[in-house]
Amino acid sequence: MLPILAKLFIYGVLFLSLVAALGVVLLPNIFHAALCLVGTLLGIAALYLALQAEFIAVVQVLLYVGAVMTLVIFAIMLTHRIGDMTIPQTNKQSLPACLALFAFVVLIGGLLLKTDWSILVGTGGSVASVNPPVDTFMLGKALLGEYVFPFEVVSVILIAGLIGAIVVARKD
Amino acid sequence: MLIPLEHILIFSTLLFAIGVYGVLVRRNVVGILISIELILNSVNVNLIAFSRSNALDPVMGQVFAIFVITLAAVGATVGLAIVLALYRIKRTVYTDEINLLKW
Repeated sequence: MLPILAKLFIYGVLFLSLVAALGVVLLPNIFHAALCLVGTLLGIAALYLALQAEFIAVVQVLLYVGAVMTLVIFAIMLTHRIGDMTIPQTNKQSLPACLALFAFVVLIGGLLLKTDWSILVGTGGSVASVNPPVDTFMLGKALLGEYVFPFEVVSVILIAGLIGAIVVARKD
Repeated sequence: MLIPLEHILIFSTLLFAIGVYGVLVRRNVVGILISIELILNSVNVNLIAFSRSNALDPVMGQVFAIFVITLAAVGATVGLAIVLALYRIKRTVYTDEINLLKW
């Protein structure tokens, strides 16, 4: 009984995330689009929880929903033009983009459903494998052990982006 | 896993397609930036799903998801700073009215 409910819950969350993502690209008011993006990001965080990636889910909520969305809403508030509603929000590429992306989704979706994702074990049959969940301890150890060089590179990029953003956005 | 891997992959494909549609169709630069956030999130969903299902090294997917989130934050920061600077000069946030690089 309980797993079925959990499954239904996750499918509902995924569906609502997709609806909110459609809102992000289709709503004429850019502020409403940003609020829809918050819904999508929270739905994805719930999916991470369902996949037992708790740390990533928390980082998603803190960094995306907390920091990046605050930044985006700040930028919208600072650049909103008065009488914005009368200006068309989309260009004229809607139909070709729709057709091309529909073809893309059909192609990739067909490939995904045809592919056998299970792992070959030795010479015998294949099994659908499930890895043990990665806890925060393992993640921290990998981040500061095996992946310490990419970690440092990302730190340098972060500080460069910080300084660059200040330099670009300041009044001189 | 609670739900099959294929369903998560199809979810992330749809999310990616919606994000690309937003990038192609939106006129507002901020709209394009938040569509790019959608695309990066679909990548992260794939990384976490494979890390849980059949990756040989399950930690690697989560580490790369952290890197992607960090770089998305950097991209959003620099992009929005450029948007603010552009708005100060040109008083517009619409891509077809920004033609500084054309002759």
